[in-house]
Amino acid sequence: MEPLTSKKKILVQKPLNFAERMYLPAIGKGLKITISHFFKKEATIRYPEVQREMSINWRGMHSLKRDEDGKERCTACGLCALSCPAEAITMIAAERKPEEKDLYREEKYAAVYEINMLRCIFCGLCEEACPKEAIYLDGPIVPSDYLRKDFIYGKDKLVEQPLEKK
Amino acid sequence: MDITFVIEKFILVAIIFGISLVIAMYSTYAERKVAAFLQDRLGPDRAGPFGILQPLADGLKMFMKEEIIPTHSNKWLFMVGPGLAMLTACIGTAVIPWGSPITIGGKIIPLQVTDINVGVLYIFGVVSLSVYGVMIGGWASNNNYSLLSAIRAASQNISYEVAMGLSIIALLLVTNTMSLKEIVEMQHGGNWNVLYQPLGFLLFIICAFAETNRAPFDLPECETELIGGYHTEYSSMKLGFYLFAEYINMFVSSAVMATLYFGGYNYPGMDWVLQVTGPTIAPLIGTAVLFLKIFAFIFFFMWVRWTIPRFRYDQLMHLGWKILIPLAIANVIITGIVIAIVEKF
Repeated sequence: MEPLTSKKKILVQKPLNFAERMYLPAIGKGLKITISHFFKKEATIRYPEVQREMSINWRGMHSLKRDEDGKERCTACGLCALSCPAEAITMIAAERKPEEKDLYREEKYAAVYEINMLRCIFCGLCEEACPKEAIYLDGPIVPSDYLRKDFIYGKDKLVEQPLEKK
Repeated sequence: MDITFVIEKFILVAIIFGISLVIAMYSTYAERKVAAFLQDRLGPDRAGPFGILQPLADGLKMFMKEEIIPTHSNKWLFMVGPGLAMLTACIGTAVIPWGSPITIGGKIIPLQVTDINVGVLYIFGVVSLSVYGVMIGGWASNNNYSLLSAIRAASQNISYEVAMGLSIIALLLVTNTMSLKEIVEMQHGGNWNVLYQPLGFLLFIICAFAETNRAPFDLPECETELIGGYHTEYSSMKLGFYLFAEYINMFVSSAVMATLYFGGYNYPGMDWVLQVTGPTIAPLIGTAVLFLKIFAFIFFFMWVRWTIPRFRYDQLMHLGWKILIPLAIANVIITGIVIAIVEKF
């Protein structure tokens, strides 16, 4: 049959010569390769103590940001929940009272803000949708847990630590 | 027989037994560490510093596991199997000379449990017995895979014992004695048997790999075909005994190889060390050297395990019967001719 391509190669299988049939030189070669790996640096990272450096566009656990005065930026507009393809975000909005002025930036704030970490796909659309730059996926890997209810993260886990008072 | 002799031997036996158990224990750790290093990994490093307590944790786990005896098994044989494997693995250490006679308080104590004049045959017999533990365990489990594994182990050991025995015969032609003590003393001063019997040593080490069921001849434990092999049905410390026996076998065969071919406790500059340190310390250094040789062999066992893939069953038989045995016979004949010529002139 005519070859269909010009890349056809005829495979010639030579019978093994004596050294190859002895098998021992090949074993020696193999042993040399494996022992060279003995002295190589290991690829393992001792995880909890040492953490791998994440790439710059790494998306981890969410954090709700505060502004430069330590007020929560979120105004509970609901755009993040709307944009979320996994429907992982739930929030209940509330009106700010006059005495809470230094707690919340806008007049409306999220009284309840919950993200179900089992639903979240870490796509980052909430981050993109937020008009107030209030939510970022800049945290670590979400830790494991035993119960489903423990994966619903409320504001206690999501909101940034308050700024140090100077 | 005086009582001090009994006490002396009893202490020696206890020490050797303890050492072989500890070495077997830490062989499991070394195996995992060596495997990890050869594969660019770290290996166990959580239990204690560098994971040094890992064998203890493993042992504790083994003890805690539920003891299961299958309903349709032959219960008595099922329980005898691991014990027999352990027994045959341990008794091989009795004839190995661990060091030159040590002088403690003006009393000369040989560092060998017993110097029987057929030490080589004894070792050979014990090694042959070691397959019984595997066979009985595999048979008593009443499980297809265990039985297949037991049959494999039996035929593999029988095939490779022939070549091993023939390679030992060539060695005995050189040494003219079967006492391990005399064989070691003969190798004093860098006069190692491996220089006279390189082919014999090669055959012996290949057969030792097969006899200890180590990779590339670990067909009885071939997980891909036989689940776990002969210990598929075993659990708890019975399984632990089988795994342990394998490592003790490895230790004993390393010790035998070091003794027969690599000068045992002899090392270059030995007489000078004896003059400097005296007759109490020097034998202990010799023992340390012997253990270094043994560890080197154990490392070699592990190194080979992660280099060569497992043989197919027909390849195993082909290698044993068609290559190793003719080579061993040729080795015996050539050795005999050379010795005859040397003695004549």
